[in-house]
Amino acid sequence: MTTHSAADGSVLTDSLLDRTPPRQRTRKGRAYSADKPRRSKVLTVVMFAVLLYFLIPLWWLLVASTKSNANLFSTFGLWFSSTNSLWVNIQTVFTSDNGVYLLWLRNSLVYSVVSAVGSAFLATMAGYAFAKYRFPGGNAIFSGILGAIMIPMTALTIPTYLLFANAGLTNTPWAVILPSLASPFGVYLMRVYAADSVDETLIEAARVDGAGELRIFFRVALRLLTPGMVTVLLFALVSTWNNYFLPLIMLNSPELYPLTVGLAQWQATAAGGSGSRALFSSVITGSFLSIIPLVIAFLFLQRYWQSGLASGAVKG
Amino acid sequence: MTAADVRQPQGPASTPTPPIRRRGPSPMRRRENAAAYILITPFVVVFALFIVVPLVFSGYLSLFRDQLVGGTTFVAFDNYTRALTDSSFLTGVGRMAVFLVVQVPIMLGLALAFALLLDAGVLYLQRFIRLGIFIPYAVPSVIAALMWGYLYGPDFGPAAQIAKNLGISAPPFLSQHWMLGSIMNIVSWEFIGYNMIILYAALRSIPSELFDAAAVDGAGRVRTAWSIKIPAIRPAIILTAIFSVIGSFQLFNEPNLLRTIAPNVIGIDYTPNMYAYNLAFINRDSNYAAAIAFILGIVIMVASYSVQLSTQRKERAGR
Repeated sequence: MTTHSAADGSVLTDSLLDRTPPRQRTRKGRAYSADKPRRSKVLTVVMFAVLLYFLIPLWWLLVASTKSNANLFSTFGLWFSSTNSLWVNIQTVFTSDNGVYLLWLRNSLVYSVVSAVGSAFLATMAGYAFAKYRFPGGNAIFSGILGAIMIPMTALTIPTYLLFANAGLTNTPWAVILPSLASPFGVYLMRVYAADSVDETLIEAARVDGAGELRIFFRVALRLLTPGMVTVLLFALVSTWNNYFLPLIMLNSPELYPLTVGLAQWQATAAGGSGSRALFSSVITGSFLSIIPLVIAFLFLQRYWQSGLASGAVKG
Repeated sequence: MTAADVRQPQGPASTPTPPIRRRGPSPMRRRENAAAYILITPFVVVFALFIVVPLVFSGYLSLFRDQLVGGTTFVAFDNYTRALTDSSFLTGVGRMAVFLVVQVPIMLGLALAFALLLDAGVLYLQRFIRLGIFIPYAVPSVIAALMWGYLYGPDFGPAAQIAKNLGISAPPFLSQHWMLGSIMNIVSWEFIGYNMIILYAALRSIPSELFDAAAVDGAGRVRTAWSIKIPAIRPAIILTAIFSVIGSFQLFNEPNLLRTIAPNVIGIDYTPNMYAYNLAFINRDSNYAAAIAFILGIVIMVASYSVQLSTQRKERAGR
């Protein structure tokens, strides 16, 4: 299984991670000069209708976060009410439960940044070694890593919880960070990327100059590997930021929760209607605020996710 | 100096000339091997600790049973036979199979259609459309489920509000009958853009020679898409299909969030993953949960294998 998917996948990642696209340029030239596509107004209108489907929920979230709890029920969901409660809602979000939302935000940031930087760096080192050295056991280890891509998270999370419980690691930030450091798909992507982007002659030249192997990696190769590493980092960042299952299992104390688990808990309280403050508006405004950083990051870092989205490491 | 001299094993200290690479463990070679091991060690340690050890431990756990009376006993494959006759588990797997068969083709079909349209360059404001379709991917699935839960809701969901004004009743999105479709919709909303971008990137890197040949043949735009573009990005399509299969069977976040607003529709065994979670953390039966997770893993592997095999067979048939 792994060999099949590896063969199929490498064709794809080869093409996606290839950042020197002379082929693309010639093709663009062809597409827009010789065979100028007729733009279609009809198709554009159809696609804008499609776009509505994707954007209306977000529009609703924006509108709903400007409403008081009462207005959520009494006014039409897709348009603003006469009073703007956004500021009040934001204040409520940040002060509820002694400002625990701010802690969740910080936790999400810390967990995702530490895991992403760590896993991207480990994947880069390993991917480079697998691409550039032939060493005893190398192929066997790499096959094992590839095989792990298919393992469902549940099969790992429950036993990891039990092991961490024995080691006294549950309900600590490490319980969320450590399992996120192992990214088999990241290693695979970095191997493909390193094979293409680090020139063998450059390594040989550095060797002739008397540089040690590790020095070559840190001083020469790492710079060339940076774009690939940033892609892996970005996707690790998103997957940890969005992770729900792992922190839900590992953490008990609300002050350690990331945003996903915290907001889900607020939602359960609000939907249950039990607590004294069954505030849908807090859940909604909290959700709205929590997606702003990632949406902005995606808009500004387009260059990276466009060329590297093959990773798919993010789903689930 | 003859070739035989060079090939003779020499101690590191007595090598005056740089040894030829790839010929026995020369000092240079040994240095390279050492560097390779140093570079992979951090990852391999993390991989062993957080993937291999938990997996082995899980397999070990699944062979035991923990009972109030008698303590932990070795039961071999009893947990597995129990799972294979457990209607909760089997219904969950069946539900995910339905989910897979219905949702994945719709999601990937739409993603492919959008990617082809964007690639053909026939739209105005392409960049804006592409970004707009992709942006839901930046929304965590927990937030997406929460948001759609409100949109579906009978209290202040827009659909319910519009229906009320029109004097009709809105579809009961959160009812027994509709729920699976409602979850399919959430997952599609989240991942159509993501899959579209993968396929779009693959389309952008098709070598131009392929199109020139088609242009000479006088193939139309639709014809080109069908018989050149789609076959050319087959690996990318397979990859998205496999990731979708893996994701579908592991469904947890969306139903678990919707459970808070529809607890009577979504039980603790709605998906195999929810069932395993509840077995392990509510029932405290981690041995049985481990067996369930293992079987689920095998189901996922078999399903992704058949995706690959079926596409390979199709390709052979097409030739």
